Amino acid sequence: MSSAKISRTPVDPAVLFKAVFLAIVAIFVLVPLLATLLGGFKSLGELRVNPFGLPRHWEWQNYSDILFSARYWQLLRNSLIISSLAVVLTLITASMAAFTFAHVRFYGSSMLLSYLTLGLLFPAATAVLPLFIKVRDLGLLDTYFGVALPQVAFSLAMSVLLLRRFFKDIPYELLEAALVDGCSYIKFFRYVTLPLSRPILATVGTITFVNSWNAYLLPLVMLNTDALYPWPLGIMVYQGEYSSEWHLILAFITLTILPTIILFLLAQKHIVAGLTAGAVKG
Amino acid sequence: MARRIANSPAIGVAETPFSSLAVRGPAWDGRFTVLILFLPPALLLFTLFVVLPIGEAAWYSAFNWNGFGRPTNWIGFDNYRFVLETRAFWLALRNNGLIIAVSLAVQLPLALTLALMLAERFRGSVALRMLFFMPYILAEIATGLIFSFVYDGDYGLVASIWRSFGAEPPHLLASTDTSMLAVLIVIVWKYFGFHMMLFIAALQSLDKSLIEAARIDGATRLQALRHVVIPLLYPTIRLSVFFAIVGSLQLFDLVMPLTRGGPADSSNTMVSFLYNNGISRMRVGYGSAIGVILFAICVTFAFTYKRWFMRDE
Repeated sequence: MSSAKISRTPVDPAVLFKAVFLAIVAIFVLVPLLATLLGGFKSLGELRVNPFGLPRHWEWQNYSDILFSARYWQLLRNSLIISSLAVVLTLITASMAAFTFAHVRFYGSSMLLSYLTLGLLFPAATAVLPLFIKVRDLGLLDTYFGVALPQVAFSLAMSVLLLRRFFKDIPYELLEAALVDGCSYIKFFRYVTLPLSRPILATVGTITFVNSWNAYLLPLVMLNTDALYPWPLGIMVYQGEYSSEWHLILAFITLTILPTIILFLLAQKHIVAGLTAGAVKG
Repeated sequence: MARRIANSPAIGVAETPFSSLAVRGPAWDGRFTVLILFLPPALLLFTLFVVLPIGEAAWYSAFNWNGFGRPTNWIGFDNYRFVLETRAFWLALRNNGLIIAVSLAVQLPLALTLALMLAERFRGSVALRMLFFMPYILAEIATGLIFSFVYDGDYGLVASIWRSFGAEPPHLLASTDTSMLAVLIVIVWKYFGFHMMLFIAALQSLDKSLIEAARIDGATRLQALRHVVIPLLYPTIRLSVFFAIVGSLQLFDLVMPLTRGGPADSSNTMVSFLYNNGISRMRVGYGSAIGVILFAICVTFAFTYKRWFMRDE
């Protein structure tokens, strides 16, 4: 059918180049991912002789052992707790601050906003040692809050900027009408601004969640107890224990990135929106 | 204090000078309460966990201190001298330079080419975009572990390619000559999709009529690209360059599972150097000095870049 038609029309070299180029990049991206997924289904011996192909004998055991281990679920639970704390605290503090910056004019407002914006400039790593000492002095070392609070602090700059811009776009007439009707600023925030801002709240929440879920340095510095480790720390420990038993490590990696990939597929719109919204700002 | 809250001119009732102090009547709209309740949490967290630690890093860097008790052993600028006298520090700095160079010379052109190919919808274009963006979503730790498998001299993909040519497989991550090259490849793999998405978003918001006008005026496709599309993308390109450089300066999570900065410091970045020398040995003064140097580099870069390249934004 269509193949006969294709063979008769001369192939446009530009199209051919594009197809080949895209295929090469796709292979470059896919091969490590597929090898990880499939490697978890192989035995160590087969991994050595057959690292690329489909498993000749599917070792479901590798995956099921991990799925039925308390360790795996504990890591996910810890990550979920820390990331949820970070998201909830970021959304509350950032939306309140953004609302004030958007709707209340006061002396020093723009100065305070630029002060917060400074947070975009430098990485958490520059101050991680004093941060460790601060968290220790506050008695938060080895607690979920000790990891989540600095993460909130570092995500505030971007979150406040994104939310403030969205809040400003809510028509001023709406606020005016509400005030005339006797509504207060706080009620307006609670019953008008927040419900109207669901898309941007979802975007800020998703970005904060992904950053916290994937974070390594802050948990590494703030947590000493294995039982509190989020999954990036846990998987490093696991890899240390099983050093060259790659079939187990690959299965473990696959199962820990699975939640990330599911989240991405569910929240793809919000992730990309946050990325480009943050980018356009400059 | 309360009088300083500027009244919104559009609200008639709020125009008397003391209206925001009035507790009863329509003028009381809670603006002052918002101000004293809504700002402090964010400002407090930000000050406590972001601003103060940076100031304290500068303070601690003047001490020889292991983090216990109070810092007492004042040594002035000696920590900075010790850092600058360490060969490994300059290696780390060079590596950050290499990462920036590869990001700008390989990653961004690749991302731009792919964006130009995938900005228009065709069968599979959305799926390809998502596939190329996928590495960016993965945690650095997971990415690093996946590639330490890929590079593994016994079980890895690279090793089996070598063996199929009948050669003894190299241990790329274990050699000082190749460790950094191996890390750079992973960096391209992980981050090109992020820049591609930025470019796609920019391309989709371009005014298409300008391109059409150029085509009608007789410009070839390549000429339109060179003289219309790329210049229109400059703001995004500048931003992408900014992200690439700031990101390169902070790279850490990816290096740890791959090489931990080794062998013999050959693949350290500034942050992994800070971690290996300051944090894991709790040399707080020394580590803080590295942090302050990194901070100075980031801030100097950010301000210079903003001033020179992003003046119009």
